[in-house]
Amino acid sequence: MKGIGIALIAIALIALPFALAGIGTAWVRIANFAILYMLLALGLNIVVGFAGLLDLGYIAFYAVGAYAYALLASPHFNLHLPFWIILPIGALLACGFGVLLGVPTLKLRGDYLAIVTLGFGEIIRIFLNNLSRPVNITNGPQGISLIDPFRIGGFSFSRYDTVLGVTLSGPIKYYYLLTAVLLLVLLVNLRLARSRIGRAWEAIREDEVAARAMGINTTHVKLLAFAMGASFGGVAGGMFAAIQGFISPESFVLVESVMVLSMVVLGGMGNIWGVVLGAALLSFVPELLRYTVEPMQRALFGRMLIEPEVIRMLLFGLALVLMMLFRPAGLLPSAVRRRELARRDG
Amino acid sequence: MSALLECAGISKRFGGVQALDGVGFSIRRGEIYGMIGPNGAGKTTLFNVLTGLFPLDAGSFRLDGEDLSGLPAHAIAAHGLARTFQNIRLFANLSALENVMIGRHVRTRAGVIGAVLRTRAERAEEAAIERRAWELLEYVGIGARANHLARHLAYGDQRRLEIARALATDPKLLALDEPAAGMNATETQALRRLLERVRADGTTILLIEHDVKLVMGLTDRVLVLDYGRVLAEGVPTEVQRDPRVIEAYLGAKIQ
Repeated sequence: MKGIGIALIAIALIALPFALAGIGTAWVRIANFAILYMLLALGLNIVVGFAGLLDLGYIAFYAVGAYAYALLASPHFNLHLPFWIILPIGALLACGFGVLLGVPTLKLRGDYLAIVTLGFGEIIRIFLNNLSRPVNITNGPQGISLIDPFRIGGFSFSRYDTVLGVTLSGPIKYYYLLTAVLLLVLLVNLRLARSRIGRAWEAIREDEVAARAMGINTTHVKLLAFAMGASFGGVAGGMFAAIQGFISPESFVLVESVMVLSMVVLGGMGNIWGVVLGAALLSFVPELLRYTVEPMQRALFGRMLIEPEVIRMLLFGLALVLMMLFRPAGLLPSAVRRRELARRDG
Repeated sequence: MSALLECAGISKRFGGVQALDGVGFSIRRGEIYGMIGPNGAGKTTLFNVLTGLFPLDAGSFRLDGEDLSGLPAHAIAAHGLARTFQNIRLFANLSALENVMIGRHVRTRAGVIGAVLRTRAERAEEAAIERRAWELLEYVGIGARANHLARHLAYGDQRRLEIARALATDPKLLALDEPAAGMNATETQALRRLLERVRADGTTILLIEHDVKLVMGLTDRVLVLDYGRVLAEGVPTEVQRDPRVIEAYLGAKIQ
């Protein structure tokens, strides 16, 4: 039964981009961005959901990963390193920034931590905006363009290709790559959640003093959460840069951090599947609205009364208010893990 | 019997309050050592200093010959001093079993890489952690409620769970901060049997308790603290008759 289920999910995941491409190529791109957001939400979930550390500047790590990729694979510095070298560099760099944020905030919790992380996110963005003088590193607000797509040998992820008689567009190729990375990150998350480290994270979320008294080195465990969360963000950022081909500081504003946090909260903090669902909903529903609101209004009233963008934020706010009223723990709250009585004679 | 815990000259000041003032005592291996004193005498402060939650201002303490004064809380737990809290501090949204499994943290080693790769060593360790946690839940008598959230457990069971979690760290010295607080007579009796069993199984116990009957019946020796100083120490029956102790609790005789 389980095997059949996995096979069905695999077929659905493989067929999805072709179904979406049937509706319109834009939808494959939307799916790709949804997966990027899932990666971000899963990374943030380690910090917020497991370790209970409220982080409002998470998008900074996405920015670090994206700029690491853009600077090392674009005409800007005329560097064109292959992606499988840059992605780990981006992850490590983001990880370093995660520790950099973690060390001075070790004693902070809740709102205080939120303020500091918010400031950190803004500092990174402002740096990116201004590091164009005296030495031009980031190219300031103009951003970096003509970023290399992912390439393995002669196989480029940005071109049409025909593999085994199937025509694959660029977005479809990226979709498969992103899906593979997502599955990997999911596996890492699921395994960490049910491990000694995952339990230590939950312990500091529940009661830091008791965790210390039980022998958990909270400094170590917190920094580990920041570092792991940040490196996932860094990987997602690198992929974002390659897919877009262009990045600028404008992509890494506070609202993006808030959006990723909303995905984690909406789905259910600490529940990995909930977080994935939250990211999927908050990426797809606004796009659905964009494509349905206008024709619907024209059909009903003969003209457009309210801009789709306005309705989007309105509904988003409404959804969050309803959520907090009816499902404060998220759509899929973190469930108690039941364990069968293990054979105790072993 | 040799001393397991030796404290000398422990002092702690909060602003203008001298919470502990040169406290010294020693606990022998295998005994149940009681600590009593009026409210505000410094009992819990002493616990917090001994378990590394507060830094001490002066003095030192050794556990099993090793100087632990000034070490962080997690290192002290690793050296074999575990505690429970006066106002229960469980991991409320985790199951009872997970609470005890977290207690095994300090005696296990698996890291991120082991967990992600599910190595053979990691799986064996996880299985051992879970098995030990089940054993301890049965030991304190709440095995049937292993999968309940800690915050949904009855009060007495929460106290037992805290003891199981502390025992999971394999302590040499188990420090209990008012374990019988809020318990009825039956629960207190059961707790007493549990503590006697823990001692019989080789763990030394340091006990803060307000229930005088429990302290007098259970402990081998008692330390009386008052205003941050040692007022008296000795076997319970002697301490009970000590005029200074009576004065501290009930006030001086009217002349």
